[in-house]
Amino acid sequence: MSIQENNQLLRFTTAGSVDDGKSTLIGRLLYDSKSIFEDQIEQVKASSEKKGFDYVDLSLLTDGLKSEREQGITIDVAYRYFATPKRKFIIADTPGHIQYTRNMVTGASTANLAIILVDARKGLLEQTYRHSFIASLLKIPHVVVCVNKMDLVDYSEEVYNRIVQDYEGFSSKLDIKDVQFVPISALKGDNVVERSKNMPWYEGSTLLYHLEHVHIASDINHIDCRFPVQMVIRPHTLEHQDFRGYAGRIEGGIFKPGDEVKVLPSGFSSRIKSIELNGEPIAEAFSPMSVTMTLEDEIDISRGDMIVRPNNQPEVTQDLEVMICWMNQRSLQPRTKMILKHTTKECQAMVKEIQYKVDVNTLHRIEGIGEIGMNDIARISIRTAQPVFMDGYRRNRQTGSIILIDPNTNETVGAGMII
Amino acid sequence: MRAYYLPHLKELEAEAIFVIREVVAQFERPALLFSGGKDSIVLSHLAKKAFYPAKIPFPLIHIDTGHNFPETIAFRDALVEKLGVQLIMGSVQESIDKGRVREETGVNASRNALQTVTLLDTLEEYKIDAAMGGARRDEEKARAKERFFSHRDEFGQWDPKNQRPELWNLFNGRKHMGEHFRVFPISNWTEMDVWQYILKEQIELPSLYFSHERDCIVRDGVILAHSEYITLKPEEKVERMVVRYRTCGDMPITGAVLSEANTLEMIIEEVATTRTTERGTRADDKRGETAMEDRKKQGYF
Repeated sequence: MSIQENNQLLRFTTAGSVDDGKSTLIGRLLYDSKSIFEDQIEQVKASSEKKGFDYVDLSLLTDGLKSEREQGITIDVAYRYFATPKRKFIIADTPGHIQYTRNMVTGASTANLAIILVDARKGLLEQTYRHSFIASLLKIPHVVVCVNKMDLVDYSEEVYNRIVQDYEGFSSKLDIKDVQFVPISALKGDNVVERSKNMPWYEGSTLLYHLEHVHIASDINHIDCRFPVQMVIRPHTLEHQDFRGYAGRIEGGIFKPGDEVKVLPSGFSSRIKSIELNGEPIAEAFSPMSVTMTLEDEIDISRGDMIVRPNNQPEVTQDLEVMICWMNQRSLQPRTKMILKHTTKECQAMVKEIQYKVDVNTLHRIEGIGEIGMNDIARISIRTAQPVFMDGYRRNRQTGSIILIDPNTNETVGAGMII
Repeated sequence: MRAYYLPHLKELEAEAIFVIREVVAQFERPALLFSGGKDSIVLSHLAKKAFYPAKIPFPLIHIDTGHNFPETIAFRDALVEKLGVQLIMGSVQESIDKGRVREETGVNASRNALQTVTLLDTLEEYKIDAAMGGARRDEEKARAKERFFSHRDEFGQWDPKNQRPELWNLFNGRKHMGEHFRVFPISNWTEMDVWQYILKEQIELPSLYFSHERDCIVRDGVILAHSEYITLKPEEKVERMVVRYRTCGDMPITGAVLSEANTLEMIIEEVATTRTTERGTRADDKRGETAMEDRKKQGYF
């Protein structure tokens, strides 16, 4: 475990099904980075024995809920944490079956990087396409394809090269900027943390080295200034009688005191008087900082408004084209009224039209469909009751994403990426 | 040229503050569940930062089991005074007296499970619709699946198989009458993050966390403080030990560790090299493999 204070945080996601070695890989990363504690190992050993296994089943470490352990599968997203002297890591560990697409999408939404596991004996499978498509759809900036179980193919360079070639052919159709390949054996530990002695032909880095060094500082949008207002802070005390601060999280660009700004939807202009947190001034504020901003002029601003720069504004519109992942058992039909959440804004919305559905295994478009069901990914048109201030999801994952809420059940039923 | 990225502690702080502000924006009567432990102390520190120069716009709730360490109570009162916030107390003793719950008996008796009833009663009495807590996902395997915004039905129950998906930083706090939310702003922090943050921000802690001498007994491998709330088994004897606490629960169930660490730096050194989880010293989690999940479903913290 690390005792460094100023490490970067890397969030990554793994998707996998039974038998593809995902649990073993996570177990290996946690174990080799000394993030598993003795009492956790003891508990897993005891459970393995109780089940009659003659080995320590590391997946018991990663499956949290009673029903999951009974069935031996991961149902929900589980978050795990480990650190090395270089970085802190948050793993969103998700199931890989098609009926859990929504969980994969959830895990992918906050990830900087996705690990895609390929079984060296089987090559690319339907699930490889599915996981890669989700990574591309959710605009995860970095993908690492781990060709696993190399020990079972005699650490063959030929097998590895063929899989790399196949994947490169297929992924050229996807929108993934950075793809790396690593031949590993999660079970034996080859190229996970330690360099493999069994694959001298491989000259790249180990998986952990890559996780520690991949360049993530540029993943955040530092160009388009976006500050969605969460709430207004008014202390009403003698000492701070006139204080009127706008609390929120910077979702793009770099804001500085003195900058000219424009407030949406009112269109009023002003200048930034101060940016602070806890009374301490901040010279430059950028994503994902939470700050309190004050302006030179008294303007009526409330939650859901957005502070931007006059020469770089988001699109203000009531018509959205969205790729949606449907997350609810009740299917979605056109003309349904929903609640839409976008940054700190919430308003009514109606799904006008379903354009097409995507087959997540083949990436083919299926047109002319009447409704979309759980785990479907589809392109839809939405009309909102109020204007939203949006960017394309490609440009900004925060100002380009929405969720849909069913007003009757209050459940989150859809996750959308604005095109 | 400077690099535009946040170190991990800053990023975790920004995330927690965002979540705390969302709670105040989305709910009518939020509150912070304050146990007197380091995690809830960090949470109140974050809340102070989130709304400065305004005061924290919600009360702290403390569920007093009557078995708390006296140090915890003294610390709580001083902190409430300093922050200028309202303190709401729920008393397990009162729940027992009113017949809402029945006290456990036997040598391993604890009031841990009883707290759930008092907690739910208190939330209902004050019509709290969002109760923030300092639980972290790295603490325990059922907590690893917990959401930031965790929905509770009108019975205060958690349904782990039917949780709302949580994407990006869009948190859905909509609910029907009678339902409430538990919110965990420091979900993504680890024990190490909490300690590093305490050091960096110079946050004051109860003396229990630092090495001190105390009368203890050893039960099932756990070092427990000797107190009036504990019934000695015949073979158990009281010993003077140099210990400190990694978590702060009730006196009869919170295990101490042998430690000389009396500064934050020494504690961080110790946390970095320790080989057991902090909840490994909690007798309440040792009541079965799914002890935490079962209690959480009922409405536990």
